[in-house]
Amino acid sequence: MRRLVSDTLVIAERNLVRLPRSPDLLLAFTVQPIMFVLLFVYVFGGAISTPGYDYVDFLIPGIIVQNIAFGGFVTALGLNEDLHKGLIDRFRSLPMARPAVLAGRTLADVVTNTLSVCVLVVTGLIIGFSFGTSAGEIVAGFGILLLFGYAFSWVFALLGLLVNSPESANSLGFIAVFPLTFISSAFVPVASMPAALQWFANINPFTVVVDAMRALWLGAPAGNNVWGAVAWSLGILAVFAPLAVARYRRAAGGR
Amino acid sequence: MAVNSPDTTARGGAGDATIRVRGVVKRFGAVRALDGVDLEAETGSVLGLLGPNGAGKTTAVRVMTTLLKPDAGEIRVAGLDAVRQAAELRERIGLAGQYAAVDENLTGAENLTMVGRLYGMPRAAAKARAAELLERFDLTEAGGRPARGYSGGMRRRLDLAAALVARPPVLFLDEPTSGLDPRSRLALWETIEQLVAEGTTVLLTTQYLDEADRLADRIAVIDRGAVIADGTSDELKDRVGGERLEIHLSDPAQAGAVGDALAPMAAEAPFSEDGVVKLAVKQRAGAIVEAVRRLDDAGVGVDDVGLKRPTLDDVFLALTGHAAEKRTGDDANEDGR
Repeated sequence: MRRLVSDTLVIAERNLVRLPRSPDLLLAFTVQPIMFVLLFVYVFGGAISTPGYDYVDFLIPGIIVQNIAFGGFVTALGLNEDLHKGLIDRFRSLPMARPAVLAGRTLADVVTNTLSVCVLVVTGLIIGFSFGTSAGEIVAGFGILLLFGYAFSWVFALLGLLVNSPESANSLGFIAVFPLTFISSAFVPVASMPAALQWFANINPFTVVVDAMRALWLGAPAGNNVWGAVAWSLGILAVFAPLAVARYRRAAGGR
Repeated sequence: MAVNSPDTTARGGAGDATIRVRGVVKRFGAVRALDGVDLEAETGSVLGLLGPNGAGKTTAVRVMTTLLKPDAGEIRVAGLDAVRQAAELRERIGLAGQYAAVDENLTGAENLTMVGRLYGMPRAAAKARAAELLERFDLTEAGGRPARGYSGGMRRRLDLAAALVARPPVLFLDEPTSGLDPRSRLALWETIEQLVAEGTTVLLTTQYLDEADRLADRIAVIDRGAVIADGTSDELKDRVGGERLEIHLSDPAQAGAVGDALAPMAAEAPFSEDGVVKLAVKQRAGAIVEAVRRLDDAGVGVDDVGLKRPTLDDVFLALTGHAAEKRTGDDANEDGR
């Protein structure tokens, strides 16, 4: 167990050390989310009606949830690259804890996700977003975001180990995550969608998490959403972490 | 570097096998990548695994280094069972290979420090060991730069250094010099010879006959997942028989005519490739003169004729019925050092 913790930290450090050296990655974590916020607020904002809220208040929790779900992409791409460059072979030939490569990757994602969330919140605050709840609820909101993002990193870890190339990880990831985030309450009120989409949006975990964020940051009616968001996150983690680790154990490196 | 003289003190006693593989089978779907492989390497020796692409060399390395579980057979490395004692075994082996598995985003020093810490070394010890290895592999200057900017030869050296971090008694090198330019290959060979002189047991896969010839104490020739011959380089050459006539033709199209013209003096059917005909002769004495006369009578133009000891190329050809892979020059210029 001590070995798992120390090996995980070594791998997490490895994945974070590279950040300042990869300007493209830094842009992906900072400028890209800002761009999306500005586009949504100023391009679509005027056309989308969000009863009870300014669009910027409505949007910020939603777009942060979408952004954090995509945060795990780095894990999918990075693991896939490690696999094809033989690094996974090297790790698997070392006497290190087996889950550490994945646990370290996903832990590094938590750090980058925190960075992205902070950038987005600050951007939001500058363009008019305001919290409507207590400090405790705001912090709880950050906690749920990071937990959900962590769970999704494991989904991406499995994806990165399964596909043949970073390109296919990219396209499969987009195909899976884009509809999930858009057919949810993240960008528009679910009530404005056609019936079939409403049905999907209402069972979509993204809706649950976004609604939980709106409850914790804006003071929207919470319902069961906060516990629902925690349950979904833990559920995703419970399914995908063991699957990813099992896949890692058998991962064939090289070609 | 005077490393070819065997350093007897560093070697284990006779019959002291550090690597022992018996009847190993590995299937991928319907394909038997390994079909009953037996291998043995004495402590402090180099076992060369020689074979073309797809012969099963890399799969063999992967089962011996615990990366793959064999479907059948027994593997013992450094006295440990590669399946049941995989975790302990990983403490005692180093793996380096054709992929040069280094993290391009980390510097050379960071790569080695990371590997050291993953072996369980404290940070300071891992850093010290990294500095030591960078020095040894002539990478001290480059050690502070991301490996992304390294040449092919530098990457291989860093990869090999990473395999040596924990001073493993057994080293697996999977095609360590493929794609390197001649100078970098030579440098890497010298490094490997040094490690062996220090007592490391090395299993080396290669498709290059000269590499096996130079580095390996014993060679196992592997083809289609099975060992088809093994022995020292000399033993293998002896198995193919004595000297052979090598005829370089002016016109490669006349290879067929050579076979006809020299049939009376041939011990077996000739082999020809790229305008060079190789032929085992019944009698060595006078063979060159007789061959030249017969070829001249047949009107075959000849650039060069000679009697050659069989090379491992000939061995491979005789054993497998097909020639060994030709070295490709694809990325031969990769290393700028």
